[in-house]
Amino acid sequence: MVKIQQFLTKHRQGLVILMTILLVLAEAARWLGQMSLAYQVIMALTGVIGLLPILLTAISALRVRLVSIDVLVSIAVIGAFVIGEYNEAAIVTWLFMLGEVLEDLTLKKTRSAVKQLTDLAPQTALVVDADGNTHQEDVDFLDPGAHVLIKTGAQVPVDGTVLTGDALANEASITGEARLVKKEVGDSVYAGTILENGTLTVETTAAGDDTTFGKIIELVEEAQDSQTKTQRFIDRFAQYYTPFVLLVAVVVGLLTRDFRLAITVMVLGCPGALVIGVPASTVAGIGNGARRGILFKGSDVMDRLRQVDTIAFDKTGTLTRGKPTVQTLVVLKGDRQAIIDRAVAIEGQSDHPLARSIAALPTQQPLTATKVETVKGQGIRAEVDGQEYLLGNRALVNAVVGDDAALTRAVAQLVAAGDSLVILASADHQELAVFGIKDQLRPQAAVALHQLKQLGVKRLVMLTGDNTGTAKEIAATLPIDEVHAEMLPQDKARFVADEREGGHRVAFVGDGINDSPALAAADVAIAMGSGTDVAMDVADLVLVKSTLASLLTARRLARRTITNMNENIVIALLTVLLLFIGLFAGYVEMASGMLIHELSILIVILNSMRLIKYSPQN
Amino acid sequence: MEKVMMKLGGLTCPSCLAKIQKGVEAVDGTADVKVLFNAGKVKFTLDPAVSSPETVQEGIEKMGYTVQGTKMKEV
Repeated sequence: MVKIQQFLTKHRQGLVILMTILLVLAEAARWLGQMSLAYQVIMALTGVIGLLPILLTAISALRVRLVSIDVLVSIAVIGAFVIGEYNEAAIVTWLFMLGEVLEDLTLKKTRSAVKQLTDLAPQTALVVDADGNTHQEDVDFLDPGAHVLIKTGAQVPVDGTVLTGDALANEASITGEARLVKKEVGDSVYAGTILENGTLTVETTAAGDDTTFGKIIELVEEAQDSQTKTQRFIDRFAQYYTPFVLLVAVVVGLLTRDFRLAITVMVLGCPGALVIGVPASTVAGIGNGARRGILFKGSDVMDRLRQVDTIAFDKTGTLTRGKPTVQTLVVLKGDRQAIIDRAVAIEGQSDHPLARSIAALPTQQPLTATKVETVKGQGIRAEVDGQEYLLGNRALVNAVVGDDAALTRAVAQLVAAGDSLVILASADHQELAVFGIKDQLRPQAAVALHQLKQLGVKRLVMLTGDNTGTAKEIAATLPIDEVHAEMLPQDKARFVADEREGGHRVAFVGDGINDSPALAAADVAIAMGSGTDVAMDVADLVLVKSTLASLLTARRLARRTITNMNENIVIALLTVLLLFIGLFAGYVEMASGMLIHELSILIVILNSMRLIKYSPQN
Repeated sequence: MEKVMMKLGGLTCPSCLAKIQKGVEAVDGTADVKVLFNAGKVKFTLDPAVSSPETVQEGIEKMGYTVQGTKMKEV
């Protein structure tokens, strides 16, 4: 029986065509006149052909104690046979089957955007074994450590580190930036990116689902099938609704003694459009976002983002590019190059963005720092050549430097210029200098923030670990309502939690590196850039293209998708209402009821398809 | 425990979703069953001491769907 069912499912389109031909034949027979027997026989045959797949599906549903739509339709059609309405049976099953085929085709269309993304996932890799021979292997069976050969024009199949060769890679699928990145020995490459030029041998660090690209795909796949609260309600509702319709039909049948009316109720009560409408909008909306590098973790995230009234930005990496560079070095005591050499040695140990900008300065003499100790929220303490150094903010160096007028003046000047500061002081008072570091604002930051406000976000807040003067200076050029500076990661989390406590709906935007506590505390956690796994894990919304414009697009898309869902719910409910009014007014019968029912399903799917093409105007 | 993902064929309507969900849950040793309709996948965790992916696959196929591929990962 299973074989028959699978066969029928596979050849559903053929069945529908066969039934269509039979229906035309039957009508032709009637039109030619005096062939009512042939008409009846062909109709009955069509009905049986149509009923078979529906009945088999219904039986397998009943086996797991589920009263599905197929059960309702099967009973109704069998009922039609019993009272000799062969043509009703034929037309109802034909419409139902045709509807399913069209539903399948149109739903495929709503999934197209996500499909395009998953199709980009690498399938096989060219593995180099110990003897230097190569062979193709499925990426799912690759272990970390495997050596993989990638040639010009090929897709990078794994996440890994370059062992030999150099090449230019297009990493748009991961970073959203369509420019070529140079890859040399020791560099990281990512699955799903394309080698535009050159050949590489790569040592695998992750393959298949474990790669960054694999995680993006998994995120989107789970998201397209995620459910809003409304939909969870509808699904629960549908589980009880279908048996309820069955019960109503039986009661109507018993009360009115009208068998025909009872089976008609069963056909009209099918909850089709209500069940399909919301998932269709979800998949189209999520797919639209995914195509633009806007990864929603679910439709409930869209619902929450739509309602956000406060957005808190971690300054570095969101409002600014997150790639600060040293602009000025004010040396108050000591030798300039010696100070740079020591600072580079010490900051080389840190991952902080400011530290990295100092570590990138040109050195003359390579030194090593020892006894490196991080002072949380302040800076670093370390030793170079037996001398102790402090590198960090004013609070850190105050113990050594005390009240130094020259330092205060230098600091004030740099702060006024909007620079971030790192002060270097030696414990023996012989060396003292201030690094002025600037992080460029993202292009269009001001415009994007203004538009966010127009979209109904009431408050924009900047949270930063930077000093107050610098933070205010940067915020001055932006439509930011509040600035909170000198914050530690846990302060940011507390701020977000307090605001939510105060009745605000808060989104937190971070680059995901040291913001996980605040991200976790927010209504909507937004990570810019998909480079870090942490961001992908904690965030509700990942903006692959690190632009504020994509945040705007996300908000518009979220609003549009939820509206689309609600439209579909209204269409579905109105259809059922109209059908029943029509039924009791005597306008609607079994076949026409099925027609309207199937039409309503197509209408909600077509409505969702508008979301695929939707292009938010920034 | 093992994390299992099966790629399904023949998923045509959302009511199939509830059916597969119930069918897989009915197999002893399965938990966290999640049917992804749009992706055409079912994901669940499985206690290999109690049941095997083959048993689950049989159950799914008995309901009239096809299993196109299975992936497993130890947790």
